Amino acid sequence: MKRNFLSFVKKESLHILRDKRTMLVVMFIPIVLMILFGFAISTEVNNINIAIVAPNRTDGVTDAVNRLAANEYFTFKGYINQDEIDIQLRSGKVGAVVMFTPDYDKRVAQILEGLPSTPAIQLIVDASNVNTAGAATAYLQSVLLGTASQQSMFETRMLFNPQMKSAYNFVPGLMGFIFILVCAMMTSVSIVREKEVGTMEVLLVSPVRPVKIIFAKMIPYFVISCIVLTIILLLAHFLLDVPMSGGIGGIVTISLIYLALSLSLGLFISTITSTQVAALLISAVVLMMPILMFSGLLFPIENLPKFFQVVSNIVPARWYIDATRKLMIQGVSILAVWKECIILLGMTIMLLVVSLKKFNDKLE
Amino acid sequence: MYAVEINSLSKSFGKTKALDSVTFAVERGELFGLIGPDGAGKTTLFRLLTTLLNPDNGSATIDGFDIVKDYHTIRSRVGYMPGRFSLYPDLTVEENLNFFAALFGVTVEESYDLIAPIYSHIEPFRTRRAGKLSGGMKQKLALSCALIHRPSVLFLDEPTTGVDAVSRCEFWDMLSELKTKGITILASTPYMDEASRCDRIALCDKGHILGINTPQDIVNKYDSNLYAINADNMFNLLEASRKATGVIECYPFGESHHLVTNEEFDLNHYKEELGDFKNLTITPTAPTIEDMFIKLMKR
Repeated sequence: MKRNFLSFVKKESLHILRDKRTMLVVMFIPIVLMILFGFAISTEVNNINIAIVAPNRTDGVTDAVNRLAANEYFTFKGYINQDEIDIQLRSGKVGAVVMFTPDYDKRVAQILEGLPSTPAIQLIVDASNVNTAGAATAYLQSVLLGTASQQSMFETRMLFNPQMKSAYNFVPGLMGFIFILVCAMMTSVSIVREKEVGTMEVLLVSPVRPVKIIFAKMIPYFVISCIVLTIILLLAHFLLDVPMSGGIGGIVTISLIYLALSLSLGLFISTITSTQVAALLISAVVLMMPILMFSGLLFPIENLPKFFQVVSNIVPARWYIDATRKLMIQGVSILAVWKECIILLGMTIMLLVVSLKKFNDKLE
Repeated sequence: MYAVEINSLSKSFGKTKALDSVTFAVERGELFGLIGPDGAGKTTLFRLLTTLLNPDNGSATIDGFDIVKDYHTIRSRVGYMPGRFSLYPDLTVEENLNFFAALFGVTVEESYDLIAPIYSHIEPFRTRRAGKLSGGMKQKLALSCALIHRPSVLFLDEPTTGVDAVSRCEFWDMLSELKTKGITILASTPYMDEASRCDRIALCDKGHILGINTPQDIVNKYDSNLYAINADNMFNLLEASRKATGVIECYPFGESHHLVTNEEFDLNHYKEELGDFKNLTITPTAPTIEDMFIKLMKR
């Protein structure tokens, strides 16, 4: 019986190996996404063009401007007159204008002495892109505060990701997304294909319980996912410098649980659909959309409306991405994410039980 | 004990009655044909007998095993070749065969003597993908796969549909040879000319069995006179013949029309009634299974 199980696995692997296009997609999507998100697409705010309005270029003003110009987030575009502000912002030549008051030095001195004063600097920011505007304002303030006030009320330290690198944020998210794609979508489609092509009919009229054939189907996809996991972790660590300070063991453990969960999901989808298109649609709509929207991959869960925050609890990727972020970036041990592990395990068992019960060894 | 015994088996899909109280039995070692057009219920019957569907009413046994209760036992005893090509097109001939051998826990070598007469035709192409085979070769491969575990009963659902005439003939030769090895074969086909290759046939239509007998006896029971008629204007000939006295039925049959007549029919009177037809020929002809089928269907 072991021999025939192995031959099922072999047959399944042949299917995958001969479908070169799909193989290419599965192997290259993670790499392309990693590189895209790592270098090209990022939520970090870089290279904001700024212009300065400074009626009196005193030492204090020059000092502040030099600080801004030296900062890698800003590109200093030169001094402009007050009446040019609107044109410059509208034309998109600059993203923000820093306007120093004529009596900048005096006002700063008053603030430093703790005397009541009106603001010494005005920031005019192009807010047509909210994210950029928000980040630009924050950066500008933090840079300028250094000159204006040595005695701020706050001292901020960014732990775990002091440079606010977005790679740290998206790598776990990407993993949560890719594994569902490879495991759930591809297994469900490959099981349903047998129904659609008619080979399932022949498989059923044999002494082998179909469940066994289906488990044999999952193995090659599991192997592919493990390869993808390795690629992602290597790229993340060596190319994007994601720390993985909590140790690789914890990340691999929770990823394996998540892989099992995705495979079970694929099995479940295959029991409720009978055409490849339906399986694909369900994987895409029922799995991908919530993963993109409600898992913390694109938007923080805390920002979602209350209702969707509740919904996000049943999205497995949410727990996985959460836990992986903690493991990778905060560097906690696997014990610190025991709750997520239990939830993912529970979901896996539930899905397996339901789909094995639902799996039909007849045609209707 | 019969190899297959069917007792008033019924199956409906929604409001459509696919099978309506079908009863018959197949002897061990018999080559039994189910002849009928699309929608006759042939595939449904095969799916019931191969335990892929559960009947609404009635019962059936294969080698004495009940199709509902003992379906696991039946699944390892029968060979099934569905109407649609159901092998893996992306696997080679050899890989398909090896996979189905493994599915039944046997090796190709163990069953080689049984499949050799069929498999030897496609063995030269064993490294070719199954999807790239011709229709006839696909059927041979599918039959080899269905035979790999030496089934006691073989179910072939329209095995020759979409296969050229020569390959069809070859295919039936192979079935006759398999029969000599003691395998009971149930094959369905929409082609009436293949019926004569069976030991016994069941004519079926719209979920009913119209008659069961040997192909010869079915033809012998034909009790009307039959003529083959030809003329230049075949369409008008058909119309005119249907209106003539003593004509029960007239239908196109190959290159001629077949004319079924009763005792009122008089050849000379008929010619008069037809009027002017160029190159008119009327010859008495022997009935075929198709003529019988048409007759039974009208009843």
